[in-house]
Amino acid sequence: MIHLTSGELMASITVLVLSIFLGFELISKVPPTLHTPLMSGANAISGITIVGALFAANARLSAGDHVMATILGFCALVLATINCVGGFMVTGRMLRMFKRKGK
Amino acid sequence: MELAPLLYDLAYLVAAVLFIFGLKFLSSPRTAPLGNSLGAFGMFLAVIVTLLKMNAETGIIGWPVILAGVALGGLIGGVMAKRVEMTGMPELVGLFNGFGGGASALVALSEGLRARGAFVDPDPANIGDIVFPIAVGTSSLIGWVTLTGSLIAVFKLNGVFRKNVFLPGQNGIKALLFLGCLAMIGGLVSTPGSVALMVGLAVAACVLGVLFVIPIGGADMPVVVSFLNSLSGLAAAATGFVVSNNALIIGGSLVGAAGLILTGIMCKAMNRRFLDVVFKAYGGGAAEASGEKRTVQGYEAEEAALVFDGARSVIIVPGYGMAVSQAQHVVQEFATVLEERGVDVKFAIHPVAGRMPGHMNVLLAEASVPYDKLFDLDEINSEFSDCDVALVVGANDTVNPAAKTDPGGPLGGMPILDVEKARTVLIVKRSLSPGYAGVDNDLFYRPSTMMLFGDGKKMLTELLSAVKEL
Repeated sequence: MIHLTSGELMASITVLVLSIFLGFELISKVPPTLHTPLMSGANAISGITIVGALFAANARLSAGDHVMATILGFCALVLATINCVGGFMVTGRMLRMFKRKGK
Repeated sequence: MELAPLLYDLAYLVAAVLFIFGLKFLSSPRTAPLGNSLGAFGMFLAVIVTLLKMNAETGIIGWPVILAGVALGGLIGGVMAKRVEMTGMPELVGLFNGFGGGASALVALSEGLRARGAFVDPDPANIGDIVFPIAVGTSSLIGWVTLTGSLIAVFKLNGVFRKNVFLPGQNGIKALLFLGCLAMIGGLVSTPGSVALMVGLAVAACVLGVLFVIPIGGADMPVVVSFLNSLSGLAAAATGFVVSNNALIIGGSLVGAAGLILTGIMCKAMNRRFLDVVFKAYGGGAAEASGEKRTVQGYEAEEAALVFDGARSVIIVPGYGMAVSQAQHVVQEFATVLEERGVDVKFAIHPVAGRMPGHMNVLLAEASVPYDKLFDLDEINSEFSDCDVALVVGANDTVNPAAKTDPGGPLGGMPILDVEKARTVLIVKRSLSPGYAGVDNDLFYRPSTMMLFGDGKKMLTELLSAVKEL
């Protein structure tokens, strides 16, 4: 559960909208050579949901009511970590292969 | 005034700025490795800050759960990233997209379940009472669709599930499911904490994800994978509202925007509207039997090799067939042998060649072809008319002149590589079968075209040894 004032909500929505515009500006001139690494690197960044997963998993498994919530949090944490670790590693592996003439 | 919460928020902002620089640097080949490292460092920072914040606020009471989750996820992710073959990259990227979306949906469900008790005594002044259920619902909807949609895409990419399924009235079913999901999100606002609604939403969104991808065929996969990439980001952004965290909102929406841009580029390269890709049945079916039966002459590698004798410029056009037969290494070897003979060799890459954006570029990079020999459609098209041999390896729709000659056809208006203008077109292909669009390729029957029928890797190996003996 969260406590929000309308000012805080507006600030978050503003951040959301501006970030989307920023994303469009950042990516609009990517050469086709980098489309795959860009996609897999961006996907690794979407693993930031790991922060939410950490909050969701931070409970004792014996804590009565919320066992199910904790189990779901654990699953979220596993998936998010796969996404981050795997995503950044595989992007790095790909980028190391891209070479110019003459190495 | 306590300083600590402010410091945590500032640290999250630093992580978000690292993501911004990471994405920016990923858009140029020279800086891309640094960009990836900055992104990874931002992620590491966000995790450390979260642990510190939890330790200060509630104490890290779930150490065993957290350690087990991170260890297991890190191990699986690391092994997958190390083991994957470059030809398996579309599946892996698709799978990671799905995991990202699934993680966001699970976080939303977990937080939604845990918050059930908090709604007993609602506080009219707290706008969070309304925002929280909407955020939980939105994150679930996008997240589950991303997970199941990606899984279907992965099954299609690795061939477990080939069929493009068209249910009668499937667009109506999809619309109803989507409206149902929105209604359940509305329901969560009026009865927050309803387990039935949260589970119902999860089930409906999972079905919606399956129905979304199941009719879409192979060559449209670059569009679908890019769009799912975008959704995985938007799911994370929605989760940012669930846990009130700006790093998630910023990181998620950056990825959402990046994925949408790629989706747009892919659609443009096929001259198709995104809505058509998703809602209209397309290709995949049997080609219409053309009235006349035309014959085409197949050649042996030894004969075909003769066209390289005296050639000065060669443009190689790879397609999905090169990926299927894993011919990228022998293609590279072939290019090197030609260059040693003084031939100017370039590669022409269509934006939607293969099964994900940039698929051909990754495969050729794996085979150590320098990226400055790879040219995009706009850069290379004017050069075909001066080129002696255009060598097409497993591409079809992306070089089909029907895109120009038949404006009303399925390929009409799609930008193609003008290989037909080359002096000789040498096509390595398994058979005459039409490509994904189901359109017969007139190019195969032209007098300047030579067909080499067979597996890409096998035929190029033969071609290579024949050229070496010239």
